[in-house]
Parts: sequence; C-alpha cells; structure tokens
Amino acid sequence: MSVHLYELPLIFVLIGLVLYVVLAGADFGAGFWQLFAGRGPMAQRVRDHAHESIAPVWEANHVWLIFVITVTWTAYPSAFGSIASTLSIPLFIAAIGIILRGAAYALRAGAASASEERPIDMVFAISSILTPFALGTMVGAIAARRVPVGNAAGHLLSSWTGATSILVGVLAVATSAYLAAVFLAADSARVGDRELEDAFRARALGAGVLAGAVALAGVAVLHGDAHPLYHRLLHSDALAALVVSILAGIVTLELVRTRRFEAARYTAALAVATVIAGWALAQSPVLLAGLTVRQAAAPHDTLVVVVAAVLGGALILFPSLALLFRLVLRGRLDHGHTPASPAPAPAPAIGGLLSASAPGLLGRAAGACLIAGFGFLTIAEAGWAHALGVIALLGFIACGLLADVPAQLARLGED
Amino acid sequence: MQALSFSVHIPLVCFGIAFPAMILFVEWLYLRSGDELYRTLARRWTRVMAALFAIGVITGTILSFEMGLLWPAFTSTFGSVFGLGFAIEGFSFFVEAIFIGIYIYGWDRLSPRAHFLSGIPIAIAGVTGSLMVISVNAWMNHPSGFRLVDGKALDVHPLTALFANSFLWPELVHMYIAGYIVVGFLLAGAYAIGRLRGRWTRYERTALAIPLTIAALASPVQILIGDWAARDVATAQPVKLAAIEGLAKTTAGASEHLLGWYTEGQVKYGVAIPKLLSLLAFHNPDAVVKGLDTVPADRQPPVNVVRVSFQLMVAIGTLLALLGTIYLFVRIRRKRPPESAWFYRALALAGPAAVIALIAGWVTTEVGRQPWVVYKVMLTDEAVTGAGGIPVGYATLALVYIGVALGLAWVLRRLARMPMDPPGAGAETDRGWAPDEPSPVV
Repeated sequence: MSVHLYELPLIFVLIGLVLYVVLAGADFGAGFWQLFAGRGPMAQRVRDHAHESIAPVWEANHVWLIFVITVTWTAYPSAFGSIASTLSIPLFIAAIGIILRGAAYALRAGAASASEERPIDMVFAISSILTPFALGTMVGAIAARRVPVGNAAGHLLSSWTGATSILVGVLAVATSAYLAAVFLAADSARVGDRELEDAFRARALGAGVLAGAVALAGVAVLHGDAHPLYHRLLHSDALAALVVSILAGIVTLELVRTRRFEAARYTAALAVATVIAGWALAQSPVLLAGLTVRQAAAPHDTLVVVVAAVLGGALILFPSLALLFRLVLRGRLDHGHTPASPAPAPAPAIGGLLSASAPGLLGRAAGACLIAGFGFLTIAEAGWAHALGVIALLGFIACGLLADVPAQLARLGED
Repeated sequence: MQALSFSVHIPLVCFGIAFPAMILFVEWLYLRSGDELYRTLARRWTRVMAALFAIGVITGTILSFEMGLLWPAFTSTFGSVFGLGFAIEGFSFFVEAIFIGIYIYGWDRLSPRAHFLSGIPIAIAGVTGSLMVISVNAWMNHPSGFRLVDGKALDVHPLTALFANSFLWPELVHMYIAGYIVVGFLLAGAYAIGRLRGRWTRYERTALAIPLTIAALASPVQILIGDWAARDVATAQPVKLAAIEGLAKTTAGASEHLLGWYTEGQVKYGVAIPKLLSLLAFHNPDAVVKGLDTVPADRQPPVNVVRVSFQLMVAIGTLLALLGTIYLFVRIRRKRPPESAWFYRALALAGPAAVIALIAGWVTTEVGRQPWVVYKVMLTDEAVTGAGGIPVGYATLALVYIGVALGLAWVLRRLARMPMDPPGAGAETDRGWAPDEPSPVV
C-alpha cells in the first residue's frame, strides 16, 4: 500500500486526533470525575487530585485540537468549509464548552475556599462533558455521511443528531472518563496515596467496561444508521484495528485490576487509538459524502509545504513534549517537590557584561541607535535601510532598558 | 462576532508577546543579583501570566473555530494559501503551552538556571506565533502568491504568499512594539494606582519602574514605526489611506486634516494642514494622493469608522509617547522617578488607553479593507457562512465573554491581594495566603 502525497496531511490529522482524544480526552475525563465525585472529604480529595494532575499539561494537550483544525483547513480547505458550516451548531457548543472550561481553570487559581471552588469545579465539569460530546457528534455526522460538500449544504440540525452522532458523542465522553480514571489511578499510585488509588481503580474498571459496551453497541447502531461504514468496518483492514482495540481494552482491564497502572496508561491509549484508526480505514478514500480525500486536497505546492512544516515542527515539538511529560511523570512538577540545591547562585558570567559597561556608555549607545533608526526608517526609502532602521530602534529600546533599569533599581534600594 | 472575539483576544496576545520576556528579565535580575525581591516579583507576575494564558488559549481556539463557523467560503477557497501560517502558529502555540506548563510549575522544583532556561522558549514562541498570524493578515491586505481562476485558487505558493510580502514587516514590528507598550503601561498603571492609594514600598517601586521604562522607551519608537507602516499603506492600499484621511478626490499636494467628521465628500470641522499628507505619505509635498473616487462607491470602506479609529490611535499613541518621554526626561535630569500625583494618575489611565489604541489600530486596518476580506480578490459577503443563527450565536458569545471578563477581573484582584512571599521562603508559603489552596496552582 503506497501513501500518496495528498493523504499524508490526513495521516497527520488523524495522528493529531488520536493524541487529542487520548491526552485531552483524559483531561476532559478528569472534569467528568469532578462532577461525579460525590460529597464529603474524600470527594474533595478526588476533585483536587483530578485538578492537580491535569494542571501542568492541559494547555499543551488542548493544542492538538488546534493542530487538527489548522492542518485540515490548509490541506483540505473545501472539506473544512463544508464541515464547519453544516455542523456549525455542535462546533459552537464545543466552542462555548472550551471557553467555560478554560475560564473555570483560570478562576480556580483565585479561589480561596472550598465553597468558592465548588461552583467553579461544577462549571469545569459540565463543560468537560459537553465539549467531547459535541465534538463526538461531529465525528459521527461525518462518519454517517451526513455532511455534503458546500457552504452549509447539509441540514443544520438533523445532520448531527442521528443515531451515529449520539453514539460517538456518548462514546467520546465514556472513553474520556475511562482514560482519565486510568491516568489518575497511575498518578495516585506514583504519589503513594492508596486511598485515592483505590478510588480511581474502581472508577477505571467501571468506566472501562462501560466504554467497551458502548463501543460494541455502536457496531449495531452503525448497522442501522451508517450501513456503508458498517460494511467496510467488517470487510477491510479496519477489522484488524477493531480486534486490536478489543484486545487492548481487555488487557488494560486486567492491568488495572492487578494495579500495574503505568503499563495500563499505554494499553488504554492503544485501545482508543485503534478505534480511530479503524474508522479512518473503513471510511477511506471517502472524506465527505461525494468527496474523496484526493478531490478535497489542496494544490501540490501547499501540500508539500504543509508536510515539510509539520515534520519540521515535530522536530521541535516532540522533544519538548517528551521533556514536559518526563518531568510530570517523574513527579518533578508535583507539589512539594524541591530540588537538591534551592539556593540561587548569582551568575557572574552574565553579570560581568553589565558591570563592565557603564550605564552612561549604554545610554549614549541608545541615543545613537535612536538617531540611526530615525534616519534609516523614516528618511531613507530602500527596503534594506528600513530593516536596519528597525534593528537600530529595537537596539535603542534594549540599550535604554539596560542603561536605565539596573542603575535606577540600585537607587530605589537605597531609600 | 469575529470582531468581538478578536478584540477580547488581542490584548491577551500582547501579554503573550511581551509578558514572558519581562518576567524573564526580572528573573534574570534575580539570578544576577540574588535579590529575593526580583524572585518574588517574577513569581507573582507568573501567576498573572498563567491566568491570562489560560484565557488566551481559549479565545485563540475560538478564533480558529470561527474561521470555519463564520467564513467557510473564505477558508475553503484560500485555506491552501494562508493556512500554512496557522499551522506553524499551531506549533508555536504548542511550544508556548508546553514550556509555560514547565515554567509555572517549575518554580522551586527545578534548579534556578534550568527554570530560567525553560522560560526562554515561551518568549520565542510568542514572537513566532504572532509572526504567523500577522503574516496571514498582511496577506489578506496585500494578497499574492496565487492566481484566482473561476473562484478557485491556482498556482498556489504559500511561502511567497505569506513571507515575501512587503506588508508583513511594518505590520509585525508595529504590533510587536504595541505589545510591549500595552503590557508596560497596564502593569505600570496597576502599580501607579497602588502608589496613589499609598502602597509604595521598594517592591512597588521596582514593579512600576521595569515595565514603565520599557513602555517609555517603546512608545516614541512606535511613532516612527507607525509612520513607516502608513507609508506602505499609501502605496499598496491607496483607498484605505483615502478613507483614513477622508480624501474624496485624487489630489496633488493633499492636506492633512486633524479631527473633524467626513461628510459629503469632505472633512468638516477639522483642522487642515496644507500639503502635509503628501509629504508624510510620499516624502514630497506635491505628490499625488489617490482619493476615494478611484473606486466605485460600493467598493469604498465606511470612511468615518476608519478615520475616527485611526485618529484615536494616533492621538493616544502620541500622548503615550509624550508620557514616556516625560518620564525618561525626569529620570535622566533629576535622577529620580516623577513625584507628581498627576503623573501617576495619567499612568493609571495609560494602560486602558493603550488597549483602546491597539483595538482602534486593528479597526483601522480591518474596516479600512472593507468591503474586501481579501483585498481586491474576495468580498466579505462572499466569504460569510450560509448557516443561519448568527445573531443568536453572537448574543450567546457576548454573554459568555462578559462572564469570562468579570471572572478574570475577580481572579486578578485576588492575585493582586495575595500577601507577598517572605524572602527565602519556599513552596510552603505558596499556600500561606489561603489555607484551602490545594496545590501549586499558579
């Protein structure tokens, strides 16, 4: 099987989607467990743990959604336009959910008591369920071929309220809860909190069984509501993906039962990823009703540049992500962790530069930069002169700052 | 709707551009001097940055949703041309989000040097991210890198379209410096209010001096950069310039009008300065400046909206530059910060004024391009969604944003009231301000 250039960005999009569902899904699921934590001191601990675990990573995980959207509209612009206009209502619901969720997160930093946290957590939890559900219905609508090509060409309501849409929406919420429970159990085991570990272990087992049941029931729903997809799902490479998914799901349950949570993280993620792979295989080469991937793809040059940009970006992105997750998983960013040597050592190497150059000299350099900048940028006409002018003006700001601030601060300290 | 989301998002972008660099500067001062005061300051600013970044993440996401929700035809026709910018912006955003996570939660948990280093990618990604977004906007104002045949974009060269664009550089530098001015004056303004209320310890003096010095240095520079950007507009988008100046007819040696209201083809009640417009735009007092009459009436932007917002931006910018210059002058001549209460009152107003100037500037460039969404290529009406219900969506979004704004105001006040960490204290005192604070949440 050879991969065409026009398929490559779609593969990136699917990888992004898998990472979004697995990573951000777990963050959404953390909100789910905040809502169903119950009452009492244990419930408060469950809520706090759910909040703390996602705090350093949720913004990075959320960006996968932006990645999926931007690559789709660059590489498959006509498909993106059709999806976004026909499915504008669920997209809008998801947008509102995302706003409320981020706002609730930001607000929690200012909450000073449990009674203030409660309503904030409530908003966070409800939006954490609403958003994956709305996004899930969109995936369902695409899978059931209810999104025709064109500006709002499909039915605004019935396109995303079919059985497949509801199924995928529910499935999205259930898998989020399941992933979150597994991840949170692993996090509690890491900090050595047995009580929390038990609480999330039970939740992981329950949610895992539930998510599996929804996924299997889904096959029956597809038979009635999206027959072409159902047929392809059982008679192509997609079947292999489904089998892997079921196996991974069973292995995860066993790993959770025997408290091997770190391994369970990966098998749980695999179970979810293969469902998406199965969907993609079953639907290819059709992107939307009456539109193949090839027809939807952007011109050749754009695809080349997109692929290059994504690969180049990945070179920066993955090491950064690896660093973040290593720090998080090793507990380096946990509350209470302190490094071996907290005392700061003044860095003479950087300081030497400043003490050697008197503020007066820097001040004169700033003045010279300002005059040069004015000459090059405002009087001269050529492009290169403008570039020099901008650099000189930025130099003016930098020199001025360095000349002024340390001297000034030294004086502020005196009185 | 996009305009609403945009004006909510854009001040936050300024914080994305300028705030990490300022925090790092303060942390660098700490590493250099070992003075706990800088560390406390950097930490408290980090908390504010964390809250603002979270809101910035969501408003940015909403903007990308709206590209599809509101402008599906625009995106489906030109996604292949400009989408690349957003794809790269996505990566910048990623880097920003990853390292902001490490930076915020790494206080006290990483070595000081490693922590400082983890902040640098945030500042870099803030710059590249805004570079990408502005490259798309510059392209909309000055489109190139493709041919339009029967409503389809052919011969697409995304790199040329985005980066070989003469419009990009002035717009980028203008916005970038605006970021420092807005953040500088807003921060300084917050501490100026503190001084007016009698809080004036060494901590407040430092926290005021750093952003104020940056803003004071940047604001005069902005006038030069703005002039550069305007000269570019004069050549590439003459109709926008005509709308900015209310110039109805093509004129040689055109005069510049200050204030006034454009009506029936002329500016009334304004102060006219002969030949200044030609001199400013083309460096020649007798140069010909194209007027609104070069295009039919239905291709002209709403003149007064553009004109008033442009004048507002210039007026505020000039006042801010004046304020900055006064500050620098007093600092250099008297070797101390100004002492007049009026200076601090003006400073308290300067922050919000800078935000108004920022939004007015964007109104000028966006409304000045109307009725085109892609200048001389696609009309805004052709780009808009066919789905109904925009007013309902608009109202909902406005309500939600008002709620978010109130919440943000509340959380910032809370953060401002938190007692300062005593020097030398570590993670414990993080919680000291509130017994229920559960975690190192910012």
